[in-house]
Amino acid sequence: MFDSIAQLVEAAETQGLPMHEVVIRAEMANSGKPREHLLGRMARRLEIMRRAAAQGISEPVMSISGISGGNAYRFWQWLEAGHQPLTGPILSRAVARAMAVNEVNAGMGCIVATPTAGSAGILPAVLLTLQEARGFSDADLVNALFTASGVGIVIVRRAHVSGAAGGCQAETGSAACMAAAAAVELLGGTPRQAAHAVAITLKNMLGLVCDPVAGLVEVPCVKRNAAGAAQCFIAVDLALAGVESVIPADEVIDAMAQIGRRMDERFKETALGGLAATPTGRRLAEMVWGNKPK
Amino acid sequence: MSRDVSVFDIIGPIMVGPSSSHTAGAVRLGQVARAVLGSQPTEALIELHGSFAQTGKGHGTDRGIVAGLLGLATDDPRLRHSFDLAEQAGLRFTIAAVDLGEDAHPNTARITVSDGRRTVQVVGASVGGGLVEIRQVDGYAVSFGCQYDTLLVVAEDRPGTVSQVTGWLAKRGINIAFLRVERDRRGGEAIMVIETDNPIDPVVLEALEDYPWVRWVRQVPRVEA
Repeated sequence: MFDSIAQLVEAAETQGLPMHEVVIRAEMANSGKPREHLLGRMARRLEIMRRAAAQGISEPVMSISGISGGNAYRFWQWLEAGHQPLTGPILSRAVARAMAVNEVNAGMGCIVATPTAGSAGILPAVLLTLQEARGFSDADLVNALFTASGVGIVIVRRAHVSGAAGGCQAETGSAACMAAAAAVELLGGTPRQAAHAVAITLKNMLGLVCDPVAGLVEVPCVKRNAAGAAQCFIAVDLALAGVESVIPADEVIDAMAQIGRRMDERFKETALGGLAATPTGRRLAEMVWGNKPK
Repeated sequence: MSRDVSVFDIIGPIMVGPSSSHTAGAVRLGQVARAVLGSQPTEALIELHGSFAQTGKGHGTDRGIVAGLLGLATDDPRLRHSFDLAEQAGLRFTIAAVDLGEDAHPNTARITVSDGRRTVQVVGASVGGGLVEIRQVDGYAVSFGCQYDTLLVVAEDRPGTVSQVTGWLAKRGINIAFLRVERDRRGGEAIMVIETDNPIDPVVLEALEDYPWVRWVRQVPRVEA
């Protein structure tokens, strides 16, 4: 499909099409499937995302291990009680939803990997919250998911999306910049602005390690999804205002790939370093696994 | 990754958590081993390498692979109970850690399955987002990602075999996306890995199995994200 964000932007600009339309047409050509089929499959994914986000804020969802959970519900209750979050009315609700989806994931509930399960909260949180705040239709959101996947495809081809291969930057970083491109498009930005949002988001998340406590997709994953939504919003606002990334998106993605390759194995989902290796992290691992985290 | 990735690989799979690489990808590796065996396995040795060995248990990697061996899908809520289901289905399994060397992807599993008559071994990696890459089938180095329907043909390594096999596919109107032949030594046996745009109908599989120079034929269905 696409090897670079530049290609994606150029295709949109030369054909005068939105990015989602470029991605839909490419997918139609590759799969041989009609448009309705693709839109239908994507719409089903949106429904699963919505269900997971709703579940996590409407009840405390605890993880299978018992070391985390219930925080999306707690935060949502705090917001509903009328507190004024520093992150404002829109980002705060996105933060709650991002955590909600990831708590459902840690509870072995059903989610959509976007692009991975560990980062599955960011894209639904951003899109569903924009829908709530700005009244976008489900059809708009389905289109936005195609834009997001176009960015994801480029990242898979140039770098990684798994924590084991590239660290957390490859998971939540990828998810956040996919969401950023989708959000810029929804909010009326140009493909070029979407590319800058991708670049700015990922730049701000470079180097992030994957250091899950007890090897579980819980600590710090749930809150890193909240952070990913915030990084996305910062970049989207900047890009819509005309702020550009000095380093183009494709070069940022390549830098992420290089950092991922050179990252010590202890920081790539092995649970041997970082937060997993702190005294508390080790204690929790022992609690979960009896004695040794193996 | 040189091949085309679908939008549904990126926005997907729809899956039971907690990890796309360690849970959903693991289910798919189990599914592939089951498909290569071509039947319900009764015995399995599941060897986990790298991050799979380190953190697999916490991510349900073991449960995922067993679920895949039983033919469960990545979004099947019964996944967390796959050990119990295995017992009911008469599948005995062993899970062990293994070091497959530095070149192996950190999320690699070596799965040896048997149905009492036949034993096959599949080595595959979960490369992220639920995508898998099969690296070895019965000792043959291969490379396919299950984004296409994949036909595996192990046959005597001699002239004309590839054209016979592809001839059957052409006859049934099946288009080949990728084709590779790997052999262990000249004049020995070779494996053909043929990735196709459409599913291969059973007629082709049966016809190919009838050739005396064909050892075995299997179809690995594409994974629908």
